[in-house]
Amino acid sequence: MKSAVIVFPGSNCDRDIAVALELVTGRKPAMVWHRESELPDGTDFIALPGGFSYGDYLRSGAMAARSPIMGAVRDAAARGVPVIGICNGFQVLTETGLLPGALMRNAGLSFVCRPVPLKVENSQSLFTAAYNSGEEVVFPVAHHDGNYQADEATLDRLEGEGRVAFRYRESVNGSARDIAGILNDAGNVLGLMPHPERVVEAAHGGIDGRRLFEGLLETVA
Amino acid sequence: MKARVFITLKPGVLDPQGKAIHHALEGLGFGGVNDVRAGKLIELDLADGTSDGDIEEMCRKLLANTVIENFRIERLQDA
Repeated sequence: MKSAVIVFPGSNCDRDIAVALELVTGRKPAMVWHRESELPDGTDFIALPGGFSYGDYLRSGAMAARSPIMGAVRDAAARGVPVIGICNGFQVLTETGLLPGALMRNAGLSFVCRPVPLKVENSQSLFTAAYNSGEEVVFPVAHHDGNYQADEATLDRLEGEGRVAFRYRESVNGSARDIAGILNDAGNVLGLMPHPERVVEAAHGGIDGRRLFEGLLETVA
Repeated sequence: MKARVFITLKPGVLDPQGKAIHHALEGLGFGGVNDVRAGKLIELDLADGTSDGDIEEMCRKLLANTVIENFRIERLQDA
């Protein structure tokens, strides 16, 4: 798997995802600066990392979504290349329109930083094939703007089409229907607020995130 | 030429920040505040001849997220 991690000014989980990808795939991902306009040839997986790109100015992810590299990411996504956006990466994906809805300030207004239980709602996707439907996993969250909101029609469509990939088992940030992660209509773009890349080794306190990358490796490689 | 862009959350979109401000006002003893909604004001200093359409495009492409926000443009007369 030839993966690329997009690095924005203010990204701070770019290294975490790079370490996780190297651990699982045995290959270092290309770190691609946001000012680039093209991805390395043969890129078959793209990760938008967590962090606080541009200091969350204007809206979380808003500036990063208009970076030069995002044109290439959008084209790759349209060709079916799998794209994951974690935390700030999820915010960037909604801001680019690759995923519907928006991530707003947490309902409780506080920054939430703790491991949270999630339910795998759809185990048929590229990203969740190594999980069982309905399985509970624990990923850490660390965000201020993770409150997923969309209009009722969009939420119904996401539910109806099996595009809710992960759901919080408890209210974490006020997200509509406790949505933690969603897929695009083609199923090759996943955005989620929790951090699977932070639970890939026993020393992390959990390895529930590891299967996300292992499952991807199996389907992509 | 200057313009102001007012960005507000669409009606019905939950505004936790507005709610917190509301509670703080009540805490200060200000009664009679029915609701508070927080938004943004962006001031633009623009080249002469910038059209309304150009400003609207700026709003749609970056300044506002039209999934959750409305915007209103106000042109200022040159002082």
